[in-house]
Amino acid sequence: MQGVDLPILLPEIVLSVYAMAALLFAVYSGKDALTGVLTWATAGLFVLLAGFVALRNGEGAIAFGGMFIDDAFARFAKVVVLLSAAGVLVMAKDYMARRDLARFEYPILVALAVVGMMMMVSAGDLMALYMGLELQSLALYVVASLRRDSAKSTEAGLKYFVLGALSSGLLLYGSSLTYGFAGTTLFSGIFSTVEHGVPLGLLFGLVFVLSGLAFKVSAAPFHMWTPDVYEGAPTPVTAFFATAPKVAAMALIARVVHDAFGGIPGDWGQVLAALAVISMFLGAVAAIGQKDIKRLMAYSSIAHMGYALIGIASGTAEGIQAMLIYMAIYATMNLGTFAFILSLEKDGRPVTDIASLNLFARREPLKALAVLVLMFSLAGVPPMLGFFGKFYVLKAAVDAGMTWLAIAGAVASVIGAFYYLRIVYFIYFGAETEGAESRMSPVQWLMLVAVAAVMVLGVVNLFGIEPIALNAAEALLG
Amino acid sequence: MATIILLAPLIGAIICGFGWRLIGEKAGQIIATALVFLGAALSWNIFLTFDGTTQHIVLLRWIESGALSTDWGIRLDRLTAIMLVVVNSVSALVHLYSFGYMAHDDNWTHEEHYRARFFAYLSFFTFSMLALITSDNLVQMFFGWEGVGVASYLLIGFYYRKPSANAAAIKAFVVNRVGDFGFALGIFGLFYLTDSIRLDDVFAAAPKLAETQLHFLWTEWNAANLLGVLLFIGAMGKSAQLILHTWLPDAMEGPTPVSALIHAATMVTAGVFLVCRMSPLYEYAPQATAFITVLGATTAFFAATVGLVQNDIKRVIAYSTCSQLGYMFVAAGVGAYPVAMFHLFTHAFFKAMLFLGAGSVIHAMHHEQDMRNYGGLRKKIPLTFWAMLIGTLAITGVGIPLTHYGFAGFLSKDAVIESAYVGSDYAFWLLVVAAGMTSFYSWRLMFLTFWGKPRGDHHAHDHAHESPTVMLIPLGVLATGAVFAGMLWYGVFFGDEVKLRSWFAMEPAAHHEVAAEGEHATEAAATEAAPATEAAPAEAAATDHAATEAAPAEHGPAVAPKGAVLILPYGAEEQAVVDARVGYDPAHAEEGHHAPTNIILAAHAVPKWVKVAPFIAMLLGLLLAFRFYIQRPDLPVRLAAAQRPLYLFLLNKWYFDELYDWVFVRPAKWLGRFLWQKGDGAVIDGTINGLALGIIPFFTRLAGRLQSGYVFTYAFAMVLGIAALLTWMTLGGH
Repeated sequence: MQGVDLPILLPEIVLSVYAMAALLFAVYSGKDALTGVLTWATAGLFVLLAGFVALRNGEGAIAFGGMFIDDAFARFAKVVVLLSAAGVLVMAKDYMARRDLARFEYPILVALAVVGMMMMVSAGDLMALYMGLELQSLALYVVASLRRDSAKSTEAGLKYFVLGALSSGLLLYGSSLTYGFAGTTLFSGIFSTVEHGVPLGLLFGLVFVLSGLAFKVSAAPFHMWTPDVYEGAPTPVTAFFATAPKVAAMALIARVVHDAFGGIPGDWGQVLAALAVISMFLGAVAAIGQKDIKRLMAYSSIAHMGYALIGIASGTAEGIQAMLIYMAIYATMNLGTFAFILSLEKDGRPVTDIASLNLFARREPLKALAVLVLMFSLAGVPPMLGFFGKFYVLKAAVDAGMTWLAIAGAVASVIGAFYYLRIVYFIYFGAETEGAESRMSPVQWLMLVAVAAVMVLGVVNLFGIEPIALNAAEALLG
Repeated sequence: MATIILLAPLIGAIICGFGWRLIGEKAGQIIATALVFLGAALSWNIFLTFDGTTQHIVLLRWIESGALSTDWGIRLDRLTAIMLVVVNSVSALVHLYSFGYMAHDDNWTHEEHYRARFFAYLSFFTFSMLALITSDNLVQMFFGWEGVGVASYLLIGFYYRKPSANAAAIKAFVVNRVGDFGFALGIFGLFYLTDSIRLDDVFAAAPKLAETQLHFLWTEWNAANLLGVLLFIGAMGKSAQLILHTWLPDAMEGPTPVSALIHAATMVTAGVFLVCRMSPLYEYAPQATAFITVLGATTAFFAATVGLVQNDIKRVIAYSTCSQLGYMFVAAGVGAYPVAMFHLFTHAFFKAMLFLGAGSVIHAMHHEQDMRNYGGLRKKIPLTFWAMLIGTLAITGVGIPLTHYGFAGFLSKDAVIESAYVGSDYAFWLLVVAAGMTSFYSWRLMFLTFWGKPRGDHHAHDHAHESPTVMLIPLGVLATGAVFAGMLWYGVFFGDEVKLRSWFAMEPAAHHEVAAEGEHATEAAATEAAPATEAAPAEAAATDHAATEAAPAEHGPAVAPKGAVLILPYGAEEQAVVDARVGYDPAHAEEGHHAPTNIILAAHAVPKWVKVAPFIAMLLGLLLAFRFYIQRPDLPVRLAAAQRPLYLFLLNKWYFDELYDWVFVRPAKWLGRFLWQKGDGAVIDGTINGLALGIIPFFTRLAGRLQSGYVFTYAFAMVLGIAALLTWMTLGGH
């Protein structure tokens, strides 16, 4: 039976085998000299796997007695995870080399983290969930402190590790409570238990599990690690943190609440709605005070996670669709933005100070325009794609009868617009100071400009993502 | 051909407006003018050869939205043909005239390029106007309607450095918005009730509308009347009728060719055209037409009184225009649509010429416009003088009474007044008095300008010179029209009812059929040999038509009435009233006479004194003006001093502007200032600023302080968070 199930996990198996083989190969041969090759190979493999997953036909399949689910929803999330991870790898390669960070372990760790993420979005059991989550997290703890000689980077890794351990504890505690009350760790089993009344203990389990997962998507009030880790970690790592793991964790939340707790949408709906509102407002308000663009992006992602949570909180297929679209757009926007942040330097040293962007438009009009588009998109100004992401989640909330949530989202986006527009203000109308330069590898340049173009051109039909996301959402609920 | 006519000015406008930098300013002007001349030539071709049958030419599918589907099409019928000639001829001549008039302008320096822009605007206006008059549906008409509004705005404000020109342009635009609002409501209403905006569908539904009640503004209305009034409100705005007339005199801030083209001959007559175009609706809306009659007559009278005392040469003519438009509306209001079109047609010639003549005078006098500074210009600018003289003879209505020989205005204005007599005493008397005043102020203008001693600045008089040929040619052409247009087309517009019907391609009147057995057939055949033969087969077919006309709503799907306009025969009650007015006694009818069964026939049957009345009024006006301005030039001053309140009342245009300023402008400004300073400034900005500058930064600082950097703080926050969530779930939820 197990042998029959293995083809279903083919992408994960291929990636794991590749990671281990590459590790052995690199250790016994060129070590760090191979970093460039490994980076491209890993990214290439990601793209290949993404294509494989995207083109995989057939209805959803279940492996290992329901522990692993391969359905349209998982595939959608995997494609986004794989592509964004590939994007982060290639656009950071140049930066890593220049900043003496070219460790051959980095692409391999990212590959392992991606395996964990793929496990997460396919999890059909609390055990599988935890396994995927920990595989991902352990890889991420290590890459956060990739720059071992930097106190900040080490501090970031350590903080992330300690708090991550705490969140894992919460998650495990919730899982054991759930197991205790449901008698099974399978999502399908929990689902049928919930249908016959919900004991308080199971609710506690739900809250603990959700809290553990909220930490991974850095939803407030479990967000505190985010600004420090974003700031301390090397920028390529930050870019990675901001994209793929967020998508995977968000998909995992959707998976858990619908597959395991689908019978009580009212209960997790209000928890998620509360997390969403706190995240949106905290992200918007706290970002205003930031002077460092990486910290600012940390709060920005907290706020964005709030919006994505609205989609899940509305509890409908439309909401899941909205969340998937939102995450896809979010990941794309962040790729473009970090491609820009990676390129910023002054006197050969990387800078992340917002004030260094003063009058950037005079030095680099095209890049400035691209950043302007990205910032408008992040702020949700029509007709950029970011607007449509917000539009879909808010519409889902309204249609699900949570108008107050949509109103809160709209108000928070108005507040949030301030700091995005402030960046644009600095770029175009800032003071005459000695500003930063933007040195870009062709990949970064392409990433920035292409993403900006996507943000504008997507207004036509969102590149056809809408029906795909709907299909994925229906696969999850159906 | 109609397509070429419609699109030629648009192409001209585009080439001249955008292309002049490539091809040069002069070439742009020439191309624009040539294209309009082409349009004018083709228009005359259509006008003279057209058989009157309504044609629909579809250019493209325009709007497709739910039940609303509309083609961009040309409706070619007699009304369109008449308007094509009017618009294109005057436009072509004004284009030509502008070569001379706009050659040098003190408002611009030598380096500035304004001429191509001016010509492009003129051509664009012409296109919009053509779109209006050729439209086959109401929305396309509204497009043209707004297009001419825009063009008018641009051209009134052409001297955009002059604050007064800008103010006048805005005023024209805003006042027209009021009327357009009514027009738009009328279109909405028609679409609401008939589910179509195509003219034919609307016309076909008109009899049913007359029986429909519509709820509007807290009360029930008869649909036909309500829609008629709403559409007329649009016409009032565009045609500067009373209440919405205030923009027209101010519009004289624009260059004089613009005044001639837009504010005399074409755009301002769009309202009259609209009423005539919608005649199948108005024939079923007696109260609406009564309203039109009263308002038209009042405007004619009001504007004439104001015209008596104005000193700016262009303003006199502007008020004269306003007054003449009132005449047209009276004719349309009493149902004599062909007469309204007749006056529109002749008026276009002589009024455009008066304006161009005035422009020539102004040009000669170095942009002096005050008539008190003119005098004795007869010798200095003889050609202009002769042209103006012809124009004056035309507008005042000089001709041989009781015959059909006279200047254009004589025939058309008398036709209007005769029709008005049939319709209403009020309108008739106001129009006759207005005719007298028209004569007075027109001759006053002539006497002040061309007779007497030179007044004002000697320098200007010394250098007064005749205008260049390009300006005199249009004057000559228009003068010819002002002399002959009335006599040539009197028969088909008014004089001969049978010819009129075939010209407008209408159903032959019902009485022909009745008269086929009686004397009238012979009489009709005797008057005119040619149409009788034409009419004979038509009469045979008239029986079915008459039946459909009698009960259009009952048999099968309603169809639009044939012809460009609709004139219904009188009903029994109306017939009795009309018989009494024109002195026709059915019991003692002479041999060969029959009851006047419609407005045209009734207007022919009015008593002789009615036909002579406007001529007498004209003579009185002329004599009075002669006495005042030639024999005793001191009299006007003394009269003005003696009757000072009346004089000021007239000079200040009945204080309409002051009244509007007080009633609308000031409160609107006050409200705007209130909302801006208190509403927007204090409340909205105050709230937003308070939030943005006070409360949110507080939270930002708070969030920053919480982000201490210590792991235990973060862990504590997480624990607090989960504790709060658990508490909430336990107590509140579930």
